[in-house]
Amino acid sequence: MNNDKRGLPESADHWSSFDEIVRAVRKKSRTINRRSFLKLSGLTGGGFVLASVLPGTVIGADTPTLVGSVEMNAYVQVSADGTITIYSGSPEMGQGIKTSLPMIVAEEMGADWDDVVVEQSPLNTDRFGRQSTGGSYTLHLNFDLMRQMGASAREMFLDAGAIAMELPKKELKAQNSRVFHPSGQFRTFAELVAIAYKQPVPEPETLIYKGREEYNIIGTSKSQVDSAEIVTGQGGYGIDTRVPDMLYGVYEKSPSVGGKIKSANLEEIKKLPGVTDAYIIHGNGNVRELSDGVGIVGSSTWAVFQAQKQLKTQWDESAASNDSWTQFAEQSQAINSPTGQDMIVSKGDVDSAFADDDNLVVSAFYEFPYVSHLCLEPMNCTAHYKPGKNGAADRCEVWLPTQNGPRFQGVAKKVYGLSNEQLDIHIMRMGGSFGRRSSNEYVCEAIELSKRTGGPVKLTWSREDSMRNDFFRVGGFEKLKGALNPQGEVVAWEEHCIGVQQDGKSVVGSGFRGGEFPFVTMDACRGTRTMIEMNTLCGPWRAPWSNTHAFVSQSFIHELALAAKRDHVEFLIEMLGKPRWLEPGDIRSINTGRAVDVIRLVADKAGWGREMPDGHGLGLAFYFCHAAHVAEIAEVSVDQNKKLVLHKVTAVADVGPIINMSGAISQVQGAIIDGYSTMMGQKITMEGGRIQQTNLDEYPVLRMGAAPEVDVHFIQSDYKPTGLGEPALPPLAPAVCNAIFDATGERVRKMPLIEEGFSV
Amino acid sequence: MPRYQLKVNSEQHEVEIQSDMPLLWALRDVIGLTGTKYGCGIGQCGACTVHINGIPVRSCSVTAADVAGQDIKTIEGLSDGSAFHPLQQAWIDEDVAQCGYCQVGQIMSAAALLDSNSDPSDDDIDRAMAGNYCRCGTYIRIRKAIHTAASFYEASVQPMVEKQS
Repeated sequence: MNNDKRGLPESADHWSSFDEIVRAVRKKSRTINRRSFLKLSGLTGGGFVLASVLPGTVIGADTPTLVGSVEMNAYVQVSADGTITIYSGSPEMGQGIKTSLPMIVAEEMGADWDDVVVEQSPLNTDRFGRQSTGGSYTLHLNFDLMRQMGASAREMFLDAGAIAMELPKKELKAQNSRVFHPSGQFRTFAELVAIAYKQPVPEPETLIYKGREEYNIIGTSKSQVDSAEIVTGQGGYGIDTRVPDMLYGVYEKSPSVGGKIKSANLEEIKKLPGVTDAYIIHGNGNVRELSDGVGIVGSSTWAVFQAQKQLKTQWDESAASNDSWTQFAEQSQAINSPTGQDMIVSKGDVDSAFADDDNLVVSAFYEFPYVSHLCLEPMNCTAHYKPGKNGAADRCEVWLPTQNGPRFQGVAKKVYGLSNEQLDIHIMRMGGSFGRRSSNEYVCEAIELSKRTGGPVKLTWSREDSMRNDFFRVGGFEKLKGALNPQGEVVAWEEHCIGVQQDGKSVVGSGFRGGEFPFVTMDACRGTRTMIEMNTLCGPWRAPWSNTHAFVSQSFIHELALAAKRDHVEFLIEMLGKPRWLEPGDIRSINTGRAVDVIRLVADKAGWGREMPDGHGLGLAFYFCHAAHVAEIAEVSVDQNKKLVLHKVTAVADVGPIINMSGAISQVQGAIIDGYSTMMGQKITMEGGRIQQTNLDEYPVLRMGAAPEVDVHFIQSDYKPTGLGEPALPPLAPAVCNAIFDATGERVRKMPLIEEGFSV
Repeated sequence: MPRYQLKVNSEQHEVEIQSDMPLLWALRDVIGLTGTKYGCGIGQCGACTVHINGIPVRSCSVTAADVAGQDIKTIEGLSDGSAFHPLQQAWIDEDVAQCGYCQVGQIMSAAALLDSNSDPSDDDIDRAMAGNYCRCGTYIRIRKAIHTAASFYEASVQPMVEKQS
């Protein structure tokens, strides 16, 4: 039983879940004082000089100039030619953080964006602060630090400008990489940098940040800082790593999770063309670190992929997964009562409302499958383990595609006894992640291979390995029940999730949380769960929990609105109640005023209520998650053969001020197309513990021709900005299903839609 | 292992490889051109698209041996080195990429399209790009960037190619 207010499944603490991240950062932010700011800033009386200062040259009476560059603080480096290098401390996986965070620094600094070069920082949390990414919180949690870094550098340039121009600092402003005076006098940052870096570091509490009306970088559209590298094939992905004398590796694991290795035909494998060596490797019992396997290294990826196909491995699967989706579905359907075993949330007198003959009771049963992350860049890692010579400590260099470098440091310490000082970590750009690259098993596998060969090894998982060894989005079933009074108002809400647990603990993403709408606004509601033990690996998948709970709850609200014969928009707004922030100051808590605003605007933009042609329909959904309020309206048509066309999706999001408008629109468009692709065709099944889908031919993905028009709007409220990597995805599936009902009268309660006879 | 002569981006490379090695791995692991990406290995995702004699081909599904001596063009050879190819410029201007991993393959498919049809319609684009998957869902901007690049084509000194469709 879990009476935690938010109904957080216990195993969520394994992952950097939403709540954990926020708690941790809050704790830390309370302790950021001058000292820790300086530590984070790397600032001690003028920064780390990477330059030689040449005294007494041209710019002003006694202005020194310099050759090279200086660090103004931990994040900002300025060179003599005026190039401003801003570090991005967080990993980039397509969410655009490498562009948006530096935009905040540049804004406060008064930099010209054209002078800015962004570099991925090394992994060093003492210097750069939080360096993992997830939960769409990276922007929110780094916003103040980025402003501090920019404003701190700006103040030092203003001080330098005052000295160089012999003018009062308070009359100076910084913009376009210049310090200027209303009289027209100015000095460029390049001219001032040799003085600027010697100026005292301002106390963080003395810094004054720009008002929104003063922004000229924040809120504009900037192309991703790596755009040019990406389009020329120089993207810097982990899988592109090449180092001298590198071997290529694969790692074959048990076909069902948890199998123990008995034997393999290593001698045959070693004779295959291009194969250098092969090993049986015993794991440490933790699937997120190192599982039993066979490692093969060779002269090319192809050589080891081919050798892997020739492997004849004996596994002891007595303790391995024997999961069956069919069995799970049968079990779930058999226990589809509205009330389950474990209470997540309980408020008011639900039973009386359901028993009242005057009330109309509606119930429905929903189903959603396991799905794969399907990052297009397969899992990979390059590692070079270097044993220490003559008593020196071992070192390990790792080219690491990960959302969570600090977590790897913990694993390296635990599994290999390597301290942070013994690690040389390169944070690599990721070809998609969506929550996938949060575990470290592919990293440990690469290290194991390197330890055995004595040289660098690039481990690459084939697409087939990447699919079957995923940490999937968990599937599940939900029974919902609602009571409508004679006025057509919802007076009771009940929800029962039949989900998945492992070793008695609910897996990440399974079920729902009691802190979510509509539980938080209902006077009488009950949320329960019944968890079935499954061993298939699960992990966070773009908007975990929310991506399935939005489908069931927002579809069911539409069902209730229809049963009440009421307009969906007005019905939904009534359920939200009067405008209020339920727990003021807590970004995890819904603000019903902001919710109503996005719903009203999306209805307006999409032309809600207009006459639709035959076979066409509009569907609405709203969801609050990851601190974002998002409403979407889908416009579909369905023909007699159930061919579905998603013509257009209108989306309105309130995530506070937008940092990079281009990136923000792109995230919403992408989340909508991802959500559509997933709901239409994607389903992972398992039998006998074996994942049945092996590659893209068995796991359909949406192509360009099926992509809808997406019309994106933002309500740029004054709340602190939050991220957009995830929250635009959850409303899409219910919006489409509600639109299908509007078009056809058919209610879709089961995903994916191709199994319900639909096609695109 | 047998040796083959591969002509990649107008340069000759002699490679000593397994006869069954797909062109993709010869490019990436042997020649060292890692711009061409591995996605699925079965010709479904299009991340590995290159041109063979101007035709877009999934390099995971053709052996290097089979295309020895033919004109192979990869992303590294798409522009002449002095400026971005119009498609690359359009991709930057339209801020197409999210994770970016599929985009090289998308651009190679789009380049083959524009070489044969300098003013494609949305339908032409959807058809030509159907073999390329984008996990991040950047299709809307890909389509827009192809139109933008097509307008660069028209404005540039590049010879107009007869529209075939």
